[in-house]
Amino acid sequence: MTVQVEIPTILRTYTGGNKKVDAAPGTLESVIGDLDANFPGLEDRLVDNGKLRQFVRIYLNDEDVRFTGGLETEVDDDDVLTILPAVAGGSVASEVTEQLPAAVGGALRA
Amino acid sequence: MLTISREIVDSIIKHAKADHPDEACGVVAGAVGSDVPSRFIPMLNAAMSTTFYEFDSGDLLRLYREMDRNDEEPVVIYHSHTATEAYPSRTDISYASEPNAHYVLVSTAENGSVNEEAPLRSYRIVDGVVTEEEVTIV
Repeated sequence: MTVQVEIPTILRTYTGGNKKVDAAPGTLESVIGDLDANFPGLEDRLVDNGKLRQFVRIYLNDEDVRFTGGLETEVDDDDVLTILPAVAGGSVASEVTEQLPAAVGGALRA
Repeated sequence: MLTISREIVDSIIKHAKADHPDEACGVVAGAVGSDVPSRFIPMLNAAMSTTFYEFDSGDLLRLYREMDRNDEEPVVIYHSHTATEAYPSRTDISYASEPNAHYVLVSTAENGSVNEEAPLRSYRIVDGVVTEEEVTIV
């Protein structure tokens, strides 16, 4: 009974360098909780104030979880979760970034 | 130091000029651990903005899966600033999440619409700290 989770380079410091780790199925929120139990600190890199961080993209199989219910998304046995860093930026501070000052500079960093 | 081919530099600048005044963005992939940028991959700016860029989330997943299959990583992540200098903004720094990547910026502010070389600079961005590095074109 496991979900396979693919970890991006920047977060592999939490997983002992492992690119793929296992977690128990459930809602995405509980899967992330299970990951954090095994790899302390990981949850904080993915979730901020009960919401997925804007700097992270998480996919359930091929689907961006922002479109499948976010943290409420049901993740079943044998599903694959892929975590990627959002690739974004720009010449001026975005409104989204402005609204989340706590996240600035702290995003996915290990 | 970033060592990059003339051909890829030209491709990056050409892309930046073509999308001016919107910001252009993309990746140059290379073999994992090689630090050699070899495969130029222009990406669509899903934000289609003059001040922001973002890879579409579906494109992002496809890109990373493709690099994974090829045993590649993003050696260069590039984008353009179309009204300001080629220096990382606060937004650029907050999003930078590839510790091994060279973050390349091109400015089309001065000569976006003319056929001249645009300034291209490269940076490491790790833990929110920006370090400019020399670019060697070979």
